[in-house]
Amino acid sequence: MDHLPYIVAAYGLTVLVAGGFALDAWLRMGRARRRLAALDPRARR
Amino acid sequence: MDAPVSVAPAAEASPRSLHRFANPGRFLRLSGRVLPWLAGIALVLTLVGLYWGLFVAPADWQQGDAVRIMYVHVPAAWLASAGYFSLAVCAVLSLVWRHPLADLAAAEIGPVGAAFAALCLATGSIWGKPMWGAWWVWDARLTSVLVLFFLYLGHIALIRAFDDPQRGYRAAAILALIGAVDLPVIKFSVDWWNTLHQPDSITLTGAPSMYIGMLYPLAICALGFSLGFAAIVVARMRAAVMERRIRGLLMARAQEHTGMEAA
Repeated sequence: MDHLPYIVAAYGLTVLVAGGFALDAWLRMGRARRRLAALDPRARR
Repeated sequence: MDAPVSVAPAAEASPRSLHRFANPGRFLRLSGRVLPWLAGIALVLTLVGLYWGLFVAPADWQQGDAVRIMYVHVPAAWLASAGYFSLAVCAVLSLVWRHPLADLAAAEIGPVGAAFAALCLATGSIWGKPMWGAWWVWDARLTSVLVLFFLYLGHIALIRAFDDPQRGYRAAAILALIGAVDLPVIKFSVDWWNTLHQPDSITLTGAPSMYIGMLYPLAICALGFSLGFAAIVVARMRAAVMERRIRGLLMARAQEHTGMEAA
């Protein structure tokens, strides 16, 4: 495969950015759910 | 401090209107059911598309294997524009109908759209170096996408620039509407000016000028990336709705506590 460093850089950057945002959203959602459940028992449902 | 999310009374909102989704509780229930499917399908499609593009699709006779960068660059470019278009739609929903979730959606779409615009610029630059011999040229397509990235940054900054969040949302919505002018400029820049960037290979009106063996993985990547973008935005919106509810509960408790002390 020619131009391999460029291809690896482009795909690596994409995985890093998209994966980073996905992970951040997932962790933020879990954190908010736990805090809300601690404050409001109705939110556990 | 953000204002607590207003809950639209179900009786006032027509069941067919967009305001049926204005109730944060209803949004949380609905999105909670949709999100796992959205994320799962997005992940599978993206992985299949990227594998196909990297290892199965043929190399280009001129560009060689560097053409494989297309499978991440093109979806990122489409989503950068589509993300900004959705900001403009949220702006209309907010300014005209005062939809309570429109501002929240805009606040959560902005950073994701900015990241995809940056990704488009970065992967384009990485593709440009071996093909054009330069990381960057002040070409109309590249420059208009750079302007789009700055518009995203402006939108994010405006939302956070005011003590009263409603003023921030309003200013950002106006910028989103004005900035939407950049979208047709991006689309037609390769037709209006002589650019180093190649013309579109896929158009709404004509047959694609791309080999079918490259078109399929590109379409799958584009669909996977789009669903992934939507899943990230929905997850961020769910978190934002819950965070507002938390702030509202804490404020109510603090007020109760202050009232009891005063009594």
